[in-house]
Amino acid sequence: MNRSHRHGAGSGCLGTMEVKSKFGAEFRRFSLERSKPGKFEEFYGLLQHVHKIPNVDVLVGYADIHGDLLPINNDDNYHKAVSTANPLLRIFIQKKEEADYSAFGTDTLIKKKNVLTNVLRPDNHRKKPHIVISMPQDFRPVSSIIDVDILPETHRRVRLYKYGTEKPLGFYIRDGSSVRVTPHGLEKVPGIFISRLVPGGLAQSTGLLAVNDEVLEVNGIEVSGKSLDQVTDMMIANSRNLIITVRPANQRNNVVRNSRTSGSSGQSTDNSLLGYPQQMEPSFEPEDEDSDEDDIVIEDNGVPQQIPKAVPTTESLESLTQMELNLESGQNGFIPSNEVSLTPAASGTNTEFETRVPNQKLLEEDGTIITL
Amino acid sequence: MRRFLRSGHDPARERLKRDLFQFNKTVEHGFPHQPSALGYSPALRILAIGTRSGAVKLYGAPGVEFMGLHRENNAVVQIHFLPGQCQLVTLLDDNSLHLWSLKAKGGVSELQEDESFTLRGPPGAAPSATQITVVLPHSSSKTLYLGTESGSVFAVQVPGFRPLEDRTISSDAVLQRLPEEARQRRVFEMVEALQEHPRDPNQVLIGYSRGLIVIWDLRGSRVLCHFLCSQQLDSVCWQRDGRLIVSCHSDGSYCQWPVNPDTQQGEPLRSCVPYGPFPCKAITKIFWLTTKQGLPFTIFQGGMPRASYGDRHCISVVHDGQQTAFDFTSRVIDFTVLREADPAAAFDDPSALVVLAEEELVVLDLRTAGWPPVQPPYLASLHCSAITCSHHVSNIPLKLWERIIAAGSWQNTHFSAMEWPVDGGTSLAPTPPQRDLLLTGHEDGTVRFWDASGVCLRLLYKLSTVPVFLTDSDPGEHLHAQGEDEWPPLRKVGSFDPYSDDPRLGIQKIFLCKYSGYLAVAGTAGQVLVLELNDEEAEHAVEQAEADLLQDQEGYRWKGHERLCARPGPVRFEPGFQPFVLVQCQPPAVVTSLALHSEWRLVAFGTSHGFGLFDHQQRRQVFVKCTLHPSDQLALEGPLSRVKSLKKSLRQSFRRMRRSRVSKRRPAGSPGEVPGRSGRAERTGLQNMELAPVQRKIEARTAEDSFTGFVRTLYFADTYLRDSSRHCPSLWAGTNGGTVYAFALHVPPAERRTDEPVRAEQVKEIQLMHRAPVVGILVLDGHSVPLPEPLEVAHDLSKSPDMQGSHQLLVVSEEQFKVFTLPKVSARLKLKLTALEGSRVRRVSVAHFGSCRAEDYGEHHLAVLTNLGDIQVVSLPLLRPQVRYSCIRREDVSGIASCVFTKHGQGFYLISPSEFERFSLSTKWLVEPRCLVDSAETKHHNRPRNGSGPEKALGRARNSGSQSDGEEKRPDPVMAHALLSDERVLKEIQSTLEGDRGSYGDWRSQQVAMRYGLSKGEAK
Repeated sequence: MNRSHRHGAGSGCLGTMEVKSKFGAEFRRFSLERSKPGKFEEFYGLLQHVHKIPNVDVLVGYADIHGDLLPINNDDNYHKAVSTANPLLRIFIQKKEEADYSAFGTDTLIKKKNVLTNVLRPDNHRKKPHIVISMPQDFRPVSSIIDVDILPETHRRVRLYKYGTEKPLGFYIRDGSSVRVTPHGLEKVPGIFISRLVPGGLAQSTGLLAVNDEVLEVNGIEVSGKSLDQVTDMMIANSRNLIITVRPANQRNNVVRNSRTSGSSGQSTDNSLLGYPQQMEPSFEPEDEDSDEDDIVIEDNGVPQQIPKAVPTTESLESLTQMELNLESGQNGFIPSNEVSLTPAASGTNTEFETRVPNQKLLEEDGTIITL
Repeated sequence: MRRFLRSGHDPARERLKRDLFQFNKTVEHGFPHQPSALGYSPALRILAIGTRSGAVKLYGAPGVEFMGLHRENNAVVQIHFLPGQCQLVTLLDDNSLHLWSLKAKGGVSELQEDESFTLRGPPGAAPSATQITVVLPHSSSKTLYLGTESGSVFAVQVPGFRPLEDRTISSDAVLQRLPEEARQRRVFEMVEALQEHPRDPNQVLIGYSRGLIVIWDLRGSRVLCHFLCSQQLDSVCWQRDGRLIVSCHSDGSYCQWPVNPDTQQGEPLRSCVPYGPFPCKAITKIFWLTTKQGLPFTIFQGGMPRASYGDRHCISVVHDGQQTAFDFTSRVIDFTVLREADPAAAFDDPSALVVLAEEELVVLDLRTAGWPPVQPPYLASLHCSAITCSHHVSNIPLKLWERIIAAGSWQNTHFSAMEWPVDGGTSLAPTPPQRDLLLTGHEDGTVRFWDASGVCLRLLYKLSTVPVFLTDSDPGEHLHAQGEDEWPPLRKVGSFDPYSDDPRLGIQKIFLCKYSGYLAVAGTAGQVLVLELNDEEAEHAVEQAEADLLQDQEGYRWKGHERLCARPGPVRFEPGFQPFVLVQCQPPAVVTSLALHSEWRLVAFGTSHGFGLFDHQQRRQVFVKCTLHPSDQLALEGPLSRVKSLKKSLRQSFRRMRRSRVSKRRPAGSPGEVPGRSGRAERTGLQNMELAPVQRKIEARTAEDSFTGFVRTLYFADTYLRDSSRHCPSLWAGTNGGTVYAFALHVPPAERRTDEPVRAEQVKEIQLMHRAPVVGILVLDGHSVPLPEPLEVAHDLSKSPDMQGSHQLLVVSEEQFKVFTLPKVSARLKLKLTALEGSRVRRVSVAHFGSCRAEDYGEHHLAVLTNLGDIQVVSLPLLRPQVRYSCIRREDVSGIASCVFTKHGQGFYLISPSEFERFSLSTKWLVEPRCLVDSAETKHHNRPRNGSGPEKALGRARNSGSQSDGEEKRPDPVMAHALLSDERVLKEIQSTLEGDRGSYGDWRSQQVAMRYGLSKGEAK
C-alpha cells in the first residue's frame, strides 16, 4: 500500500495530484493525496459519487504516460495509475453495458486481469488495429530449444511441434560436406544441411533453423552414414514431433548456458496461431513423444446415437471429414496413444477416455479421436 | 520403442537366433545376363558361360552348377577347358588370362580362380602385338598357344603362366619357312584360327585373317602344308581324321582343303557359297562333322544373303540333303556341337547342337529327324517376356503338382525326347524336402509355373490369358508356316520374344490356392480372372462381370488406357488352368492387390480407386468400396497424366545434365552455347538448377497426397471382428494413405451356398495417423500364431487356429509395424522402422523358421525387405528386430521391387531381367548347389545317369544336423510308391509333407503313420 511513496517526489504538486475524470461528455476534476491513494473500491465509489452515478456499473480506465488506455480494476493497477500520473491523472469511465469491449479486449474483460489495450481516443479506436495479447496458457508451443544443458554450445536441439495440417513444416535438406577435427587432422566428411526454408513455414517462423545449418541428429538418431533419402524419410516419419539437432551456420546466436537453465528454456512461439483461438492446449506435456500414435478407428455396429462430441469440429480435423469417414453410423472405439507396454492396455485407456472426454481439444491434440 | 532395439542381450536368445537365422545367397536361377562366351568340356561334359560383367557359370547335370566372378569387372571373351582337366582358362576383354579350377573340398567341388596372367610383349612393342585373338589349350594340358593380332603365336606354360619364349611362332618365322611362291603377298595379319591336329599333337593349324592357313610342325618348327584362300578367313575346322580342313570366309563361302603334305594344292577341293549367288554375310564359325552313315554334318553360323536376311541371327545345319537355317530371336554369341568325346573314335557322330544366344540357350537334337529342340533343365529364359510380378507357393500337394506337370507336358510336345546331353558332375544336394512353385507373371499376359523346389528352376507349365481377350494380333499369323521351297530354309527356334502385343495384357497379381487348384490372375487393364484347373481340353464362355469402383463418385473422367475387350462366345482352352470368370474393374486401372479365398469362394481385388469382392461360386459381385480421396486427381485420371510426366522427365533430364556437368566443371552459359530463341531462358534455368543441389522437402504427409486410395493389400481372415464371442469371415484392405478397412462377411453354410447371397458390411476403419502405405495385414490367433491359409485346416494340414484366446491384428505400413487387439481395436505394440532407421518396408511376409539343432522347434516371424535392400527378421508377436542382413543394393530398384519371400524363410529377387537370385534366411531351408566334378570319373562317360539321385548323396547336408540327413532321403522310395497308390494314401503322404503348419518337427512320427497308411492302402 505504501509503495507509491517513492514516486511522490516527481510531481511539483506537493503530495496532491489532480484527477480529471470523463464520463460520457461530462468532466469532473478533483484531487487525490498522492501518498495515500487508498483502495480501488474507495476510488470507484468516489468516481460514482462525483459523477452522480451511484448505481451504475462502470469500467474505469486511465491514460498512461504513453497515451495508452489502461484499465483500473484492482488495487495494483490503481496504485500504478496514481504513481505514474504526471502531473494529471486522466480517467475515462464507460458504462459497463455500453462499454466498448474492444477497447480492452474481449476475453480479457471476462478474465478481468492483466488487460492491456491500446486505444487513445474512444471515438476512433475502431479504425485502429488492436493487438490482443493472450494469457500464457493460451499459447501453444510450436518449437523449443531443448537439452541446452547437455549439448555442446555449438549445437542446438530444436523441437518442432506439428499440429494438424494448418502449417507446413517447410524446409528442405541437401547433401553437403563439413569439416571435422579428427585425430588425423581436419577431414571433410559428408553431412546433411538445411538448404531452404519455405516462407511462412513452421521452420522459418521459429527462427531457430536457418539455411546451411548442419543436421546432426533426427529424434536422437545420428544422421552420419545415412543417405539424404534416409534422413528425409526419418524426418517425415517423425514429422509430428520432430527433434533435430543442428550445428547452426551462424554461431553467434548460441544460447548462453546458464547454470540453472533447464531443458525447457527458450521456447519460442508463433503469434500467427492466435488466429486459431480455439486451439489452445492448457497444459502441454513435453514428454508426449508418441504424437503419431493417434490412429483413428471407426467401428460400425449400428449405434449411431452414441456418438459423443468427440466428432471433430476444429479446423485441423477437416482432414477427417475429407476422408469421407462415415461418421453418422459409426460406433467408436478407442485407440490408446502412448503405451508401449507389452500388457494389454485397454482398460487403462478407457479410464483415460472418461477423464478426457469433456475436453475435446485435448483429445484432438492427442489425436486419439474416438467416435463411439 | 527404442527400448526394444536396445533389448538386453539375452545369451539364450542370441544362441537360439544363431540356430534359427542365417543369411546366404544360394543360387542364381535363370539365364545369365549379357552372356559373352561359351565353353564346353567334352571330357567333363560341362558347359561354361561367361558374361560381360565378368561372371563364369558352369553347368553340368541338373543340379550341378558353379559360379565364379572375376575380380576385374571385364567381359569374358573366351572360355577354354584344359583337355581332360578340371580346369579352364578365361580370356577377358582386358587381354588377361585367368586359370580356374574345380577343386574337391569336403566331398564337394568348388570353382576357384587360381591365377591370372597378362601377355607382355618385348619392350616397345605395339599393344596389338600381344592382343590375344585365339587361345588353344594343347592336348598335353601343359601349354597354351595364344594367337595374337600381330600374327605371332605365343606359348605359355600352365599352370603358372610361364611364357615359353623359345616356342613362339612369329609370323616372320612362318614366312621364312614358306615356299617361295607363297611369300609374295603380305598374308598374315592377325591369327584367326589355331587348332591342334585331331590325331597328332605335334601339328598345329594356324589361320591368318588375310587367308593364309599353315600347318605347323611344333617339333621341327617347319611348315608342313599351307593353303592360300582368296578371301578373308573367319574360322577353320579340322576333320576328325585330320585329312580335311574346312575354312569359312567373310564373303559367306566355305572351302574344303585336303591335307596332304606331299602334294601342295593351290586350289580348294571344293568351295561353295551356301546362300549365294547374291552377296552374303560372313560365315563366322563352321563345324564339319563325320558320321558313321558317311554323310557329314556341316554346321555354320551366318552366311545369310546380305540384302534380305542380313539382320537374322542364323545357324545352318546341312546333312544328307537337308538344310535348315535356325533363326534365333537374339544375337548368337557362340555355339558348339556335342559329339563323340573319345578322340580315338572314328566318327564325330554329333548328338546335339548347343547355341548360346544373347537371351537364351538353345539345344537342338541332331539325332532325331527334324532336329527338334531339347528342353533345358536350367538356364531358363525367365524374361521370354518381361517379368511383371511373381508369386511363390510353398509345399504344393502332390496331386496338384502332378496335374500341373501333366498340363505342361501337353505344351512340351515339340521338344525332343532326348535326355539332357550336358550331364557332367554329380549333384550331391539332398532331394528337395517339398515341392515349391514359383509363378511369374509376364508382360504378354502369360503366367509361367516354375519348379522352384531345387537348384534348377524348371518350367512346368505356361498359362496364357490372351485367348480370353480380343487382341490386334491375328492368331493365324503365328501359324503361318514357311513354304516348302522357301529359301533360305529358315526355322524360328527359341522362346525369347520380348515383344508384347498389348501392354494391357500384362499380369500384375497372381494368387494360387494350392489345395483347391483355383487361381486368380489380375492384369494391367483392371482385368481379374478366376481360373480352375481342368485336366481336359474344354470350350466354354467366360462369364463376365463389371466392378464399378467409382460407383458414387461423379464427374471424373478416366484418361488412362481402355479396358480389354473380352472375346465373345465360347473359347477353346487347352488342358490346365481355364478361366471361368472375368471381373473387369472400372476404371480399368492396374490391379494393385488380389486375394482369393477358395473355401469361401471369394476373390477380392483392388486398384488405385477402390476394392471389390466377388463371389465366384454364384458369379455375383458382393460389394465394391471406393477408397478415393476427392482431391486425388492423378488417380482418377490414370497413369497417363501428361503434365506430371512432362514435369518429371524435364526434372530427370535436368538432373542428368547436372550430373554430367559436375564432372566437367566448366563455367556454363558462354554465348552461343545454347542456340535458338528459347536458349536464354533455358540457360538461366540450367544455371539455377546447377546452383541448387539435390534437395528433399521435409513435409508431413497429408490426406491430400496423391494415390492415397491405392489399395495395397487385401487379406481374408476368420476372426473376431465385432465382438469377442463370435468370429466370422472378414475381409481386410489397406491403402496407400494408411487406412485399413475391415468388412464382416456373411458366407452362407455349404448347403445354402449356391442360393443365399454372400453379404458384407463395413465394421471398422482404422486410419494410421502417420499415413504411410499399408503393405501388410495379418491376424494372429490366441497363441499369437498367424491364421492358417484357407482350406489348410479343412484338409487337416494345419492345426486349427486358437479361437479361445484373443486375436490380434498386425498392420504393417511402410514405416511402422503395429499390433492391435481384436475385436476392440486398441494398440498394443509397435515398431517404428522409418523413424529410427530411415528405411521403409517394401515387402513383408510371414515365414516359419525352423531350428537347425532341435528338429521340432520353429518360430513364426516376419521377413521384411526395406527400400535400402536390407532384409530383416522381426519377431512375432513382440515385434522385436531379430537380425538384419544387407541383401540387395539400394540402387537396384527393380531387384527390390521383384523380391518374393517363401513361407520358410527363403526368397527370390531379380538380379537382371533374366535371373533370379535365391537367398535363404533360414538355417534349415537352404537350396544350394552341392556337387562333385571329378576328372577321373569322366573316363567312362557312359556311367548310369543319376540326376539328383539320393543314392549317390555322399556328403552330409551342411546345415542340418547329421542325424537328420538320412531322414531327409528316406521319403524318396516311399514317394515312388505313392504315385501308384490310391488317392487316400496320397493325401496322407501329402499331409505328412505339409507337416504341422510348416514346422517340420513331427516328421519322424508322421512318417511312421504314413508307412502304416501305405501298407493299409496296399492291402486293399
